[in-house]
Amino acid sequence: MGLAIETRNRMAKRAAAEIQSGMVVNLGIGIPSLVPNHLPRDFAVMFHAENGIIGMGPSPIHGEEDENLCNAGGFPVSLVAGGSYFDSALAFGMIRRGKVDLTILGSLQVSETGDLANWIVPGKKVPGMGGAMELAQKAKKVIVVMNQTDKHGQSKIVQKCSLPLTSTACVNMVITDMAVFLVEKNRGLVLHEVFKPHTIDEVLQLTDATVSLHDKIIFS
Amino acid sequence: MKQALNKVSSIEEVDHLFFDGMTLMYGGFGGVGSPPTLIEAIKQKGVSQLKLIGNDTGFPHIGIGKIVSLGRVSHIITSHIGSNPIAGQLMTDGRLAVEFSPQGILAERIRAGGMGLPGILSDIAIDNDIVQKGKFFCEIGEKRYMVETALTADISIVYAKKADTFGNLIFDKSARNTNPLCAMAGDITIAEVEEIVPVGSLQAEEIITPGVFVDYIIQSEGVDWKWAWQ
Repeated sequence: MGLAIETRNRMAKRAAAEIQSGMVVNLGIGIPSLVPNHLPRDFAVMFHAENGIIGMGPSPIHGEEDENLCNAGGFPVSLVAGGSYFDSALAFGMIRRGKVDLTILGSLQVSETGDLANWIVPGKKVPGMGGAMELAQKAKKVIVVMNQTDKHGQSKIVQKCSLPLTSTACVNMVITDMAVFLVEKNRGLVLHEVFKPHTIDEVLQLTDATVSLHDKIIFS
Repeated sequence: MKQALNKVSSIEEVDHLFFDGMTLMYGGFGGVGSPPTLIEAIKQKGVSQLKLIGNDTGFPHIGIGKIVSLGRVSHIITSHIGSNPIAGQLMTDGRLAVEFSPQGILAERIRAGGMGLPGILSDIAIDNDIVQKGKFFCEIGEKRYMVETALTADISIVYAKKADTFGNLIFDKSARNTNPLCAMAGDITIAEVEEIVPVGSLQAEEIITPGVFVDYIIQSEGVDWKWAWQ
């Protein structure tokens, strides 16, 4: 991603603040996977994985990994008390049925109306959608954690996504390395928080979309 | 099928089942829960023009990726190829046709195939140009759905922790993933297992895949790759 670890952790910490005790949460790869490090100890959250786990715990210590206990990204995890295993169809039944309260994922672009584009760059990068379409469309809340700009300095928040969409009007919150935006029903994209030392002007300059300003923008 | 209550076979006994152009469905998610011994046998036999159905293309040297990376696959229905850059390159070069299906819908299409249903109705990515292309639509009440067709295969290969000789299967943690689904959807299903036990050794309540879905049981020689995180 190219971001300093402090910046990545700040973004993860901000995303973690959206998690409430008792939630079922699905985390994407990259910065979202850092989120559990920023939750209070023994916080009652059930982490869900698309391959078929609910109640994922932290990575085991080196040497104690189990190759048959991995998250959807293929990395070793553990299971908390009350957790369970099931097949992938059931894992997605949980998503479609509305049992996943929150998903936190990365993206290539997000539009000012909350459209998400994070699965393919035609002719260049073809990872595939994996479970992102179901999660984006059916999780109760969708938080995107991504850089404000791409490697060419172009805003990743856009008026209209130029890349193929993962899902339309699904994103509720965008956390970048500079700011926090909410996609609100009546107002569209609203700037709520700015990470120091950045300024509102700086953020707006690097946001290629129509943005409203919240009444009380928080500088954190 | 071998005699009903003893489906235990050697790799040599199932080798003739693999043929050029076959549709091959495989269990596993990022290589976890993919059957290593069967994948190696298919690789060794050298069959090509395979039509694959599975969650992802593994990593270049993990899981089904070992076969994909050799260019032996002409077509794949999958949800993700990002962990195997060779698959992406083959696709870009026009040597591998990829049909992307949303992960949970893919799982459900496989399940429908295994359940003897022709398809399912879905609203996932219904407004997405790529996903909805060529699909039928219908309405139930006020809501619009599209038909996602069921998937079956000539051969399904799955990985399980234990089988009894009838083919009743139990799985290991997250290595279960798509295996119980794929096990049901093969015209012929071969289960590679860590341990084979006599019938009656598994608790009837703990069996995840009933043996009726399994035609052959192979003793696994264990994982022969290094995991991505190692």
